[in-house]
Amino acid sequence: MLRFILSRLLQAIPVIFIVITATFFLVRAAPGGPFDAEKVVLPEVKRALEAQYKLDLPLHEQYFAYLGDLTRGELGPSFKYPGRSVNEILFSGLPVTAELGFYALLIALLIGVTAGVFASLKPNTRQDYIPMSLAMIGICMPSFLLGPLLVLVFGIYLEWLPISGWGAIPGDKILPSITLGAAYAAYVARLSRAGMLEILSQDFIRTARAKGLPEWLVVTKHALRGGLIPVVAFLGPAFAGLLAGSFVVETIFQIPGLGRFYVQAAFNRDYTMILGTTVFLSTLIVLFNLVSDVAAAWLNPRLRSQFSGGKS
Amino acid sequence: MINRACRGLRLQQGLIGLLLGLLLGCGAGESNVASGNRDGILHYGNGAEPQGLDPHVVTGVPENHLIRALFEGLAVKNPVTLEPEPGVAQRWEFSDEGRVITFYLNPEARWSNGEQVTASDYVWSWNRALHPETGNLYAYMLFPVVNAEAYSKGEIKDFSQVGVKALDDTTLEVTLNTPTPYFIQLMDHYSTFAVHPETLLKFGKMTDRFTPWTRVGNIVSNGAFVLTDWALNRHIKMAKSDLYWDRDRVSLNGVVFYPTENVVSEERMFRVEQLHYTQVVPLDKIPIYRELADTPYIQAPYLGTYYYLINTDRPPVDNVKVRQALSMAVDRDKLVRSVLQHTAVPAYSITPPNTLGYYPPQLFSYDPDRARALLAEAGYPNGEGWPGLEIIYNTQEAHRKIAVAIQQMWKSELNIDITIANQEWKVYLNSVSQRDFQVARRGWIGDYVDANNFLDLFITDGGNNNTGYSDPIYDDLILQRAPRAQTREERYALFEQAETMLMEQMPIIPIYTYTSKHLVHPSVEGIYPNLMDSLNLKYVTLDPERALPEVLR
Repeated sequence: MLRFILSRLLQAIPVIFIVITATFFLVRAAPGGPFDAEKVVLPEVKRALEAQYKLDLPLHEQYFAYLGDLTRGELGPSFKYPGRSVNEILFSGLPVTAELGFYALLIALLIGVTAGVFASLKPNTRQDYIPMSLAMIGICMPSFLLGPLLVLVFGIYLEWLPISGWGAIPGDKILPSITLGAAYAAYVARLSRAGMLEILSQDFIRTARAKGLPEWLVVTKHALRGGLIPVVAFLGPAFAGLLAGSFVVETIFQIPGLGRFYVQAAFNRDYTMILGTTVFLSTLIVLFNLVSDVAAAWLNPRLRSQFSGGKS
Repeated sequence: MINRACRGLRLQQGLIGLLLGLLLGCGAGESNVASGNRDGILHYGNGAEPQGLDPHVVTGVPENHLIRALFEGLAVKNPVTLEPEPGVAQRWEFSDEGRVITFYLNPEARWSNGEQVTASDYVWSWNRALHPETGNLYAYMLFPVVNAEAYSKGEIKDFSQVGVKALDDTTLEVTLNTPTPYFIQLMDHYSTFAVHPETLLKFGKMTDRFTPWTRVGNIVSNGAFVLTDWALNRHIKMAKSDLYWDRDRVSLNGVVFYPTENVVSEERMFRVEQLHYTQVVPLDKIPIYRELADTPYIQAPYLGTYYYLINTDRPPVDNVKVRQALSMAVDRDKLVRSVLQHTAVPAYSITPPNTLGYYPPQLFSYDPDRARALLAEAGYPNGEGWPGLEIIYNTQEAHRKIAVAIQQMWKSELNIDITIANQEWKVYLNSVSQRDFQVARRGWIGDYVDANNFLDLFITDGGNNNTGYSDPIYDDLILQRAPRAQTREERYALFEQAETMLMEQMPIIPIYTYTSKHLVHPSVEGIYPNLMDSLNLKYVTLDPERALPEVLR
């Protein structure tokens, strides 16, 4: 197991390195620069700014200087927000985005697994079609539609819940979490249904039923563990996706998270910010994929025996 | 076995409980407006997270609101008339035919650490604002001052040659290149504000852009409010300053600024009384708000013009008759009525009407017959032989709608084919500055209320000209003759002459004058609509007795 993890970690390093290099040169190849503005910038001012941000150096020197800073954990000063470092902005937004992603994932799992398992118990009946159709709608419904709808109903007409902010007013975390979690709940529902159907058709389940175990015990004790492997494998990329993709929800609900900076940085040509967020999120994605692979392997008895035999 | 299954169930129940506990604690509670009206706190939708608060480093509208609450310039603008009135300077005198201005600083003007605001603080700050290493985008605001431009470009190294002197603690003498009637107005622009030298030097060099001197606890300012909290992308809180010289006038106890980037969410926040004031109003909501009795919607003309920039070196728009034909075939009234929901004023020239009493000449109007005739004279009768034309605009739905409407007007009136192309913001800026376009969308928002701010765009090789328009007589009018005019009337007559020349050549197609659009809670008083959309928070009061119209609740 340890060797598996180590080899995966080693594979991750060149991946992240390629991401850094490609991003570094791609953002600089894009037309327009961080200091272009609607009102023309005087050439002297532009030179002074470029000197302050070391953009006057040759590109390869900038690249190596950036790699040097990176090894020290320095992501550089933001172009758009003078006086703030990219590190500072990332770490102010990350806890919020992570918390939002965590709740969204929790909601996705609770709704998704329940619906998926429920549907799998009586495949191709109404009990299957209704939750699965709802799940399809959930997948298709974009968060920029669901969010405002929820706001309209629960925030403005019913006045039950706050409609924006994060942690300022009690209850303001509910609507964004549901909005972000809904699409993932739908995926989880479909994955857990598929996983459960496969497991429920296997011999050991028939044995368990033959022993006279009540159905709910067959499901929770025997089937769920194997049936949820596809869901677990999905969780890593899902959580990374939630972190990187919360932009829309953060904008709708005015949440001070990471997603807004990530997207705006590209529009602003905020080179250090684009690089910082990309490097940071790609590292997270690689790590979460690894974690979910390990968890899926641990849940799957066949793979687990390979690891414990140490012959992987 | 049953135990383990039960544990599983308990775990699930635990998860649900955890989730509910974390998310809930429910109830929307007292609104910001209700608590704000009780405690004298204004909740202000500020549009976006500011880049920062350093007056010589940042640019932008949200930054302007924050900086002008924290700092005060030598002069401020009267919120109703926009004419200058005393700020840090109690009064000022002109001498040498307006070339020398002596500012007499208020001896009661204080930094928030209790120190007096002195004339030498201004000398130091203007040195910083102009210093080439600072990289101040608005350095040019001070270019009317003798040698300021040369110093800013690094041609002069000695700041003492720049025309600003502290005669004593409260007397500041400024020498200008030529009389500059709008110079006093510029004293209300944040790029000319003083900063507290010792505070900046505590955190770095004079010209550093990256130091944390503007953070809570570090910043020293001289305005009506002091910074008390800055939570990135959440809010910026300010409290009334006890040391501000005109503190008795200040009614608010504090202000909370919110970064309200999403205009739709901002409007919703207003409706549930989380905000007293919104920065903008979504276009599709405006007709609904207009219908209301006692509407909180306030719209006023704004010092900005929306226009199409023409590259006069590219055929077919290198022909002045084609340019005139295109401009005359735009039905601006219809555009304003249908696409813009009456939120703009049709424009027939570059300077907005009533720019401190100046009205631009109108040389043409919507005239499709004349437009067709001009196009025929240019060699394209009924659009025959038309080589095609492309309009570029930066990707935004509002710009697309206008481009589509104009494309259709030109097709139906002139029978010519137009393509429209959107470009991402920085790509678009690059196309415009490289003059890689035939027709490009453009907007210009004035920095100060004076026709000069619009007309000097089109001087030969002006950085924002981008049209290829060049006329030595025009340059002479704007650069030499208008600044030397003795009276306002004489000066405006020269501007009118220049603007007439400009609109005869039509290097731009003016489309509309902007308006400012806000939702203002009825409890808020002292916010006056004006051309600069300029708000001075020291005049704002809150009246808890006044509520939103019932239909909005």
